[in-house]
Amino acid sequence: MKIEKDCRYAETHEWVRVEGDLATAGITDYAQSQLSDVVYVELPEVGDAFDKGEVFAIVESVKTAADCYMPIGGEITEINEELSGSPEIVNEAAFGKGWFIQFTPSDLSELDDLMTPEEYQDHVAKEEGGG
Amino acid sequence: MSYIPHTDSDRAAMLPEIGVETVGDLFLDVPESVRYPELKLPDPLSEMEILRELRALSEENADLDHHACFLGAGAYNHFVPSVVGHIIGRSEFYTAYTPYQPEISQGTLQAIFEYQSMVCALTGMEVANASHYDGATSLAEAALMSVSVSRGKRRKIIVSPTVHPEYRTTLRTYTRGSDLAVVGDDDLTYELDDLKALLDDDTACLIIQNPDFFGQLEKANELDQLAEAVHTAGALLVVNTDPISLGLFTPPGEYGADIVVGEGQALGNPLNFGGPYLGLFACREDYMRKMPGRLIGETVDTEWRRGFVLTLSTREQHIRRERATSNICTNQALCALAAGAYLAAMGKSGLRKVAELCYHKAHYAAERIRQIPGFSLPLRGGDKGGSKPFFKEFVVRCPRPPGEINEALLERGIIGGYDLGQVLSPLSLGQRTRDLSKGRDFPQLEDCMLFCVTEMNTRAEIDRLVAALEEVAP
Repeated sequence: MKIEKDCRYAETHEWVRVEGDLATAGITDYAQSQLSDVVYVELPEVGDAFDKGEVFAIVESVKTAADCYMPIGGEITEINEELSGSPEIVNEAAFGKGWFIQFTPSDLSELDDLMTPEEYQDHVAKEEGGG
Repeated sequence: MSYIPHTDSDRAAMLPEIGVETVGDLFLDVPESVRYPELKLPDPLSEMEILRELRALSEENADLDHHACFLGAGAYNHFVPSVVGHIIGRSEFYTAYTPYQPEISQGTLQAIFEYQSMVCALTGMEVANASHYDGATSLAEAALMSVSVSRGKRRKIIVSPTVHPEYRTTLRTYTRGSDLAVVGDDDLTYELDDLKALLDDDTACLIIQNPDFFGQLEKANELDQLAEAVHTAGALLVVNTDPISLGLFTPPGEYGADIVVGEGQALGNPLNFGGPYLGLFACREDYMRKMPGRLIGETVDTEWRRGFVLTLSTREQHIRRERATSNICTNQALCALAAGAYLAAMGKSGLRKVAELCYHKAHYAAERIRQIPGFSLPLRGGDKGGSKPFFKEFVVRCPRPPGEINEALLERGIIGGYDLGQVLSPLSLGQRTRDLSKGRDFPQLEDCMLFCVTEMNTRAEIDRLVAALEEVAP
């Protein structure tokens, strides 16, 4: 299972990577492995704004459908159009080509509430252990 | 096994918890005299005797074997070929349940898949679900789906006043308690242009009925313009239709509908004193993930053999709980099977023939009734001119209250038309926002009746109706 060093993580298994004024977010490699084959991702529209913790996307796999929660608040500047035709790239590269949204964060201090890669590693281990 | 989950000890534990001593204490609010009434039942009868008695009771009903019927208004007396009954009566099919397990249910799943395919062909849509409870439920679900297609951002639903009044009531029941606004039918004289003027960037959908509640068809160029206006506003066009009419007229998909709904009873299901019926529901593929209801898809198994399964079920409540597309995810499997069997038996040309018979017989009846002194067709021509074409129903203005005319017709073995000015029951009134004081479906049509003529009405029956109307006119 992959955990990227340059990301922060939410307990609900979203990652966010901040570069300059822009942030990118998606679901983690662990999340995609739990969902199994992703068949559809419902993304927001450019210009939509979400608070931290609001549902910004729904990811649907052959097993289930899950809500994705905004790791930090912000306004959407770009969505990954490729996902509509090839949702399987979420399984192939959750942290790379399988990103969901780009957005302008409204408050970078919200990052402090998120987990570091090391903390997320423990979080996943605990979820796995606790069944 | 017992289906009652509580044991005596469970009950003994629960009673003190809620502060009562016995189960009987829970019913103290019911007046003693009616709490345990003595049931004055007759003596037991043998099966043979009871059948005789029930048959005698049922013969008190005015049924369609002994009456000519000119009543429609949403439920229609069409011919059901006997093959439909034979197919749905097969023990492998005879269930109202939509099966989850594809490994034991291929026949039913395939039948529903074929039903869906035929509904698509009929409506000009790309995806159809396995059906809803009835046409009214389908229409309300279409409105909610339109809101969800807008991701909940658009909160206004425009509904034409010529949509079936009970469907509009159902729509209001569905939207009650939400902040959705249902507009368009507060003025019952609104035409397509008036509805168009209500479109804005908060509009989720515009709902019309075609043929409308009065049996009239909108003109093709006006429908095209309406669809364009709806789409320019970023809303969806929802069309409630009569599937039999589609044997003859343009499918809604061709004039820009995004969601097509309708009552499917006319397809192979008898009137059944009001139900069970089935709701047709079809939409464009773009919106299929927002579509409510069961959906059967075609696939292949591990050995690449063709098979059928429930598909896209992540839309449904057993997976998505409160975020499901609808909390009614069941369907009317047996009624849908009957509709599928009917469509397959009739074929394209058979359905067209049925629609043509309805059209010609209705026009013959309308013309004959128009010639009776005292009767007129208020929506047809007159000084206004340019009246719309109609299919199998038409409005007749009567020289006496429609209720009285219908009583007189019934005495002559004829079930008359739908009284457009009738006073509605308090139950349905409570759910309406408009003109409650009047309490009528269409106050402007108080002395009017909606007649329906189908392929089932013989020319002799129509002539009998005309003779009876001549007699009852003052």
